[in-house]
Amino acid sequence: MAELNRAELNAIELDGVVKEYLSHGEVVQAVKGVTLDIAEGEFFSLLGPSGCGKTTTMRMIAGFEEPSRGVVRLHGADVTNVPPNKRDINMVFQSYALFPHMNVWDNVAFGLKQRRTPQEEIRRRVGEMLEIVDLAGREKRRPREMSGGQQQRVALARALVNRPRALLLDEPLGALDLKLRQAMQIELKRIQREVGITFVYVTHDQSEALTMSDRIAVMNDGLVEQLGGPREIYEKPASAFVAGFIGTSNLLTGVAAGGVLELGGGRVLVPGRDGEVTVTVRPEKITISLDKPDGEVSVVPGTVGEVVYLGTYNSYAVRLGDGTEVTVFQQNAHDATTTAERGDPVWLSWPAQHSYAIGSRSTP
Amino acid sequence: MKRLTPYLLALPSWMWLAVFLVVPLAAMASVSLQTGNAIDGFAMTFSFSNYADALGRYSTQLVRSLWYGGLATVAMLVIGYPVAYWIAFKGGSRKSVYLFLLLLPFFVSFVLRTISWGFLLADDGVLFGTLKGWGLLPADFHVLATTVAVVGGLTYNFLPFMILPIYVALERVDPRVVEAAYDLYASRTAAFRRVVLPLSLPGVFAGVLMTFVPATADPVNAQVLGGTGNTMIGNIIQTEYLTNLNYPTASALSFTLMAVLLIGIFIYARALGTENVLEAAAR
Ligand SMILES: Nc1ncnc2c1ncn2[C@@H]1O[C@H](COP(=O)(O)OP(=O)(O)OP(=O)(O)O)[C@@H](O)[C@H]1O
Ligand SMILES: [Mg+2]
Repeated sequence: MAELNRAELNAIELDGVVKEYLSHGEVVQAVKGVTLDIAEGEFFSLLGPSGCGKTTTMRMIAGFEEPSRGVVRLHGADVTNVPPNKRDINMVFQSYALFPHMNVWDNVAFGLKQRRTPQEEIRRRVGEMLEIVDLAGREKRRPREMSGGQQQRVALARALVNRPRALLLDEPLGALDLKLRQAMQIELKRIQREVGITFVYVTHDQSEALTMSDRIAVMNDGLVEQLGGPREIYEKPASAFVAGFIGTSNLLTGVAAGGVLELGGGRVLVPGRDGEVTVTVRPEKITISLDKPDGEVSVVPGTVGEVVYLGTYNSYAVRLGDGTEVTVFQQNAHDATTTAERGDPVWLSWPAQHSYAIGSRSTP
Repeated sequence: MKRLTPYLLALPSWMWLAVFLVVPLAAMASVSLQTGNAIDGFAMTFSFSNYADALGRYSTQLVRSLWYGGLATVAMLVIGYPVAYWIAFKGGSRKSVYLFLLLLPFFVSFVLRTISWGFLLADDGVLFGTLKGWGLLPADFHVLATTVAVVGGLTYNFLPFMILPIYVALERVDPRVVEAAYDLYASRTAAFRRVVLPLSLPGVFAGVLMTFVPATADPVNAQVLGGTGNTMIGNIIQTEYLTNLNYPTASALSFTLMAVLLIGIFIYARALGTENVLEAAAR
């Protein structure tokens, strides 16, 4: 979908957007300069820790906040100073913000009524929408008579029924328990495919972002640290922050010479690198073995520390010669190659393509 | 025993109600049916004619009281709602200061406040005297002893009781819900009419109750700011009780007023106090 429409105008563009607040006489930068292009039909996520500026960024797209600097464009048109009721996008709020004095039907019909849609069409579209979010037959309920998941779906229906050109969702699943959350993730993704509109999705849950998004912008402290597809962000984190934030990651630092980083009696392959370098490698990419493996792989020796049984896999904390601690996940298959115990000397190995050098200019 | 605990805890309040409400009411009900005079004493004769008699003589003042009370309530609503709105949404960190300012006049006695309005509005007082001196007002201009003065006084005196409940209701409106209305293409007017106003109606309902009842029964404003043509039912009751010592008539009038207000409140609550109204207002 995203691929097909690349040639057209971007659904949303942020150009050097900055938001400053005056708080107790001091200027606080909530967003410090964000530039993004979000393609038509894309499922785009803003991912980052609490307070990194996700909501603020989204509120500038929706029109609730005016940027202190920079430009917001929707489908090529500059909307930086256009109020929210004149923007053809809708938002699903972090706390749903349903109208407490209206029943489900009136909540969902609100936007259409404001746009003076003919009665007949309102009836049809609201009915269809409630069908899609599986709330048909509950039209007369008030928000407070509904569960969190149902309220969430009302909020979604209330926004989607207007067929906006983009939908903004601010941690829409944050208040739900894990099971419902996972069910709603699938549901949201299905709805997005069905209606085919751009979704901008705010979350601080990395697994949620990885499973649902076409592209992710990882934010930290008011800036975008990395922009890319889920696989790219997971396997090739652009900074130590991203590597750490997206799942568990190991960071190995040293001085490379001729594409090889000598480390605690082992060698890490860093093709094309020289000098100071930091390498990330995911715990599940590492093989743990008692004998030194052969072949063109990165190999480092270490000593097993803590071993934690985690159901389908074990987690090993392995201390390298230079004191670095490395986490390794090993599947609990019946033919598991190793049954390393605490205190065992072991070898860690991984193919060169699974380690990734971050933060330096040369192409990896 | 456990199940009785809440009732036991409520016992003092029930006793308070019994002693200070039920007993005097019963005594007054009994007096309202007696005949006699202050010198020879009153005797119970179950003369319900006291009611017909009192109503016959004072229906003008009763109707006028309801009219003045209603006018003042409307005026308070018109003035009070914007004030409450402003404090709730634009008050920022100084909300409590504004609320305090609103209550400041209450540190002065009710009667004194009304009398000072009397001074202010006097025909040749500081305000009108000066304006007349400058020729800005005709010499025979007067406000005191008119409907405007009495209704104005009532409005001034009970205004905070209108503002506070509306403020509380508005304060509870989630700003995100209002933003959601803007997000769904509502203009500022539409967002107010369909979201903010309906959500504040419980406050309006309470405010009207809390002002209409005391304003209708109030004797002070009509006495201090009104003339002979502005007498309200509260003044009549006071005079019958304290000057004419006609306790049965005073009691009968009090009960009549109470009945009228209670019936009015009941109809009002049935008509406006339900959730259907909130929903209808949002349509
Ligand atoms: N109105 C405001 N006035 C002052 N500072 C603000 C305001 N709104 C947000 N901030 C600050 O801006 C920063 C970013 O806030 P924002 O709400 O965008 O974070 P977030 O990424 O959405 O966090 P969360 O995941 O907790 O929702 C925070 O440090 C916050 O304190
Ligand atoms: Mg947020």
